[in-house]
Amino acid sequence: MRLLELRQVSVSFGPYVAVEGVSLGLAPGEFVSLVGPTGCGKSTLLNVAAGLLAPSEGEVLLNGKPLRGLNPVAGYLFQQDAILPWKTALDNVALSLVFRGVPWREARERAQAWLEKVGLGRFPRHYPHQLSGGMRKRVGLAQVLIANPRLLLMDEPFSALDVQTRQLMENELLRLWQEDRKTVLFVTHDLEEAIALADRVVVMSAGPRSRVIGEFPIPLPRPRDVAEIRLTPEFLRLHRKIWELLRGEVMRAHAGA
Amino acid sequence: MRGLRLRIWQAGLLLFLLLWWEWASRTGRLDPFFFSKPSDIAGRIWRWLSTGEIYPHLYITTLEMVLAFFFGTLLGVVLGLWLALAPSVAAVLDPYIKALNAIPRVVLAPIFTLWFGLGVLSKVALGITLVFFVAFFNTYQGVKEVSPVILQNARLLGARSGHLLAHVYLPAAASWIFSSLRTSIGFAVIGAVVGEYLGSAAGLGYVIAQAEGVFDTTGVFAGMVVLMVFVLVLDALVGQVEKRLVRWHPKAEGIQG
Repeated sequence: MRLLELRQVSVSFGPYVAVEGVSLGLAPGEFVSLVGPTGCGKSTLLNVAAGLLAPSEGEVLLNGKPLRGLNPVAGYLFQQDAILPWKTALDNVALSLVFRGVPWREARERAQAWLEKVGLGRFPRHYPHQLSGGMRKRVGLAQVLIANPRLLLMDEPFSALDVQTRQLMENELLRLWQEDRKTVLFVTHDLEEAIALADRVVVMSAGPRSRVIGEFPIPLPRPRDVAEIRLTPEFLRLHRKIWELLRGEVMRAHAGA
Repeated sequence: MRGLRLRIWQAGLLLFLLLWWEWASRTGRLDPFFFSKPSDIAGRIWRWLSTGEIYPHLYITTLEMVLAFFFGTLLGVVLGLWLALAPSVAAVLDPYIKALNAIPRVVLAPIFTLWFGLGVLSKVALGITLVFFVAFFNTYQGVKEVSPVILQNARLLGARSGHLLAHVYLPAAASWIFSSLRTSIGFAVIGAVVGEYLGSAAGLGYVIAQAEGVFDTTGVFAGMVVLMVFVLVLDALVGQVEKRLVRWHPKAEGIQG
């Protein structure tokens, strides 16, 4: 049984068709990366999965039932900073629980434990502008994970970070994911990141009217270290194979832009 | 050291201007009848303070100002929130608000005196018409400018409309409101003093109008100085409050309305 399934989903904005006829299923506990050139509608699909956007055609099934409104089991990590700038790191994380009716006192206690889990135990009273980009992402990650969503949707969450911080965050994500194996849909335009993290890489064509043009299982062993795994022959073989397909789309996207 | 030098220059300039005024007035280069002189003005203020005759007037002006400030801000925030969250209502009321804001508020003073009498109430009403629009436009703008990502994130974390109001809309607007507190307080003072000047039996505006009526320039200048110091003190107080309340803001030191 699939946790989430998109069936022949098309999304258009007026006359512009962003994605067309996309079918994609996520098994429970599966980590799927969605790659494609810029402007191929990856984020659009993520918004459909989150229930922020209703598909123009096709349907979204959650546990086999049609999804109406916001996806109740989804946590969403945005590309931009989405934490509240007027709340401290601790209160930002606690807020997810407060929204679910947990009293502030208890919410703060559990939030502190989560801050420690993402390595920010010493910064509960810091406001977002006092934290670095990587630290803000950690707060965002803790904020989403504390609510224990069964489905984690991530929209190029680490693309604004520098390379070192980025690899650190990717390893951190894998470590946290390893604990309870949530279902993850990870959108990125970086093929290396996609392969290093995922069980399965889904490639989309250049927009408009982007479709799924390829799916590749990634049988690399876990637990993985994202920096080391990039150097293994198996990784390079997979990278070459997927890049062959993706390169043409990237060229098309550039020609169109 | 730079700060100290700056203060010395500032104080020096003030001293020079006062000495020049005094000298010009004593040697007949300025007519004391029209321009009075600093020593007379200082003497008058001292007399007011030592006999205590100015305190009831200061009390009345403060009362009018605080009431106008409080109720003007309250009304502005409530209506600003409402219109920002109900775009159709905003669309209907838009021309009315523009029209009302276009009225020069001073011309309302006579009609308020007619409606509410010569006492405190008519000045408070005048102050409210000034303060209201500052609070209203800032709240409206603040709510409208909440980042859509932050809003979506809060909704996906499970926030209901009450939560959104308390944790997203109000704090977002609050930084706008607080950053305009100084403008608001200035307007509240203008409302109080102009109202008193045009018709009243007490208050600093009344004191100045009385002095002017008998060609007592010393009295007019003394009233102006007291008013000026009064506003500077309030401004400093508001500055302190502002610093506390927008503590989360990266530019908390240099906000202006």
